[in-house]
Amino acid sequence: MSLDIFKERGTPLDRQSFTWKDMVGEPYSKLDDDAFTRVRQILMHGVEQESCRFKHFAARFNPELRLPLARIRRVEHHQATMVNWLMPGDQSTLETTIGFEQVAIEVTAHVAAVEPDPYMAQIYRFGLLEDFDHLYRYAALMDRLCGKDANNILQSYTDVMPGRPTSVEHRAPEDDLRLHYQKTRAAPLTKIHAALITGSEWQTRDYYLTVGPTFADPIARQLYAEIASIEEQHVTQYEALSDPSETWLEKWLVQEATEVYAYWSCYSQEQNPRIKLIWERFLSYELEHLRLVRELMQKLENRDPAELLPAEFPDPLSFTSHRKFVRETLAAEVDLRARGYDIVPMDQDSPASIAYRAQLNAGGSPSEAVAAGYHWRPGTELTDRRVRDAAFAPLSGQEAAQ
Amino acid sequence: MNKNDRPTDIGINRTGIALSPLDGPLTAEGASAAPPSSAGSWQDAAMVRLRYAAEASEFGHMPPPATLRGLAKTAKELLKGHKANVLLDKLGERLAFERTGVRLYDGLIVKFEANGSWEGGPTLEELVAFRSDEARHFELMVQALVKLGADPTAMTPSADITAVESLGVLQVISDPRTGLAHALHAQQIAELADVAGWDLLASLSETLGHTELAAECRRALAQENLHAAAVARWLKAHAEVAARGELEQAVAS
Repeated sequence: MSLDIFKERGTPLDRQSFTWKDMVGEPYSKLDDDAFTRVRQILMHGVEQESCRFKHFAARFNPELRLPLARIRRVEHHQATMVNWLMPGDQSTLETTIGFEQVAIEVTAHVAAVEPDPYMAQIYRFGLLEDFDHLYRYAALMDRLCGKDANNILQSYTDVMPGRPTSVEHRAPEDDLRLHYQKTRAAPLTKIHAALITGSEWQTRDYYLTVGPTFADPIARQLYAEIASIEEQHVTQYEALSDPSETWLEKWLVQEATEVYAYWSCYSQEQNPRIKLIWERFLSYELEHLRLVRELMQKLENRDPAELLPAEFPDPLSFTSHRKFVRETLAAEVDLRARGYDIVPMDQDSPASIAYRAQLNAGGSPSEAVAAGYHWRPGTELTDRRVRDAAFAPLSGQEAAQ
Repeated sequence: MNKNDRPTDIGINRTGIALSPLDGPLTAEGASAAPPSSAGSWQDAAMVRLRYAAEASEFGHMPPPATLRGLAKTAKELLKGHKANVLLDKLGERLAFERTGVRLYDGLIVKFEANGSWEGGPTLEELVAFRSDEARHFELMVQALVKLGADPTAMTPSADITAVESLGVLQVISDPRTGLAHALHAQQIAELADVAGWDLLASLSETLGHTELAAECRRALAQENLHAAAVARWLKAHAEVAARGELEQAVAS
């Protein structure tokens, strides 16, 4: 299955319309739908959010583009709404968080596995192991705070075990910058990957910052604060991958191509027929957005956008379990660290980052406290008799002893 | 399909590990083999919680005392001292709970109209009557607070807590995908708490010498006992009709 983005016709912009009833439709079922339906929903909301964010910044710097940006952005805002409103009301904030980490793991694993540039691929593998650890910490929080099993959300597609410990993921800003691709030499897929993962991570950062304080529990509030900080680092890392010498229109073109690619991927694998129709509809919208940007580029930059885009997308994003890839990456690279633009062995870790994380963790590490001695088990750790029947030692006595 | 039948129908619930005969065991074995990044137990987090608890201030307080001007002498006497705030806080709690209770019954009535009932289930008239009871109880609390010189629009600390407690109840009742039986199951939590709340308020009013208020609270308590019993009866009937496989016929008739 392939998609020829120059031949496929999209829905004309003036027919890309919504009603409130349309946008606020039936959500997916937390219990019955496949976990990858949720993964696609979360990913696509992140992609649309990134698209709107990019267009707002573009409008601030490009007065001649403000009207076309505003027109397309309005549609994308409503696309983002419709996609995000697929989330059901019985899905708690923490359950959604587990979904966010499943997105970060499975989508980044796919990208890392197929990324043609070896440096970029290493960066994705590096970030992957950090999000992998976040899932383990949030699963421990869900188990130990709520008495709920994260696998009800994950549906056994994704492992729940430590990755690179979150407590050592904190790095000085200079160690989160990465080298960027060269716009004239990079494969179109490399550019799309960078836009896709940047948008996804930014959404995660914003989500954790928004929902973290809605928890009453201090450990939950601490954990969201800690992991939001890593997501800020991840945005710093992934946005650094894009070539800063690309023009605004070049970046816009990459963004629209990313949306076409992502909706096409969703459409090709969705099992829920009602939601598949949404992916099909929005794929058609995005094909038109892409065509409009191509026209603008021809008009304003006098360039042929075909030189920047693939005639056909190679393969869709693979919405499947990447357990084997993740475990192999974990075994080989969990001890790597970042220093400047490079990924280095642990013994070459950056002194600036070592000092930075020592300062942040000086009052205790939330991610270590929440998962101390934690093994995920089917049905929660309380299915382990040793945990269930563990002797209770009064905390005040332990506090005094410390 | 009628949503009242949802608890017992079989779909493709994918949440259990048994639904993944290949991936499930791999996930469990992997998690079991991977050592945690630090030793300890759930008590490590509990220790952090303990420290926060020791340092935490209150989440809010009662409003400043009402002016005593214009109040009857007996009311002034009864409002002196710390005990007045205890009573006003609890009156504020009941006021907020009953006001939300009206809205919960609004939701239950929509649910009834969307899904119908079952043999031994509620009638629309019963739900409407219970809604009226909640509205009267709300008004009773407004009048009681005004009579004591307090501001009935203030959210007292106990009113705030009870609203947080009710969040899940509201979420279930307002979800269009849940049936009337699901919604009544949520409402049962509210009704049982309401019974306990009126019982406490009646005792407290009596203890503090507000005999007239205590009598009104006992009348409200009697009505809430009827609500709680009715909700329990409707839910039992639903379970029994569903277990006999007669739910669809019952709903259709």
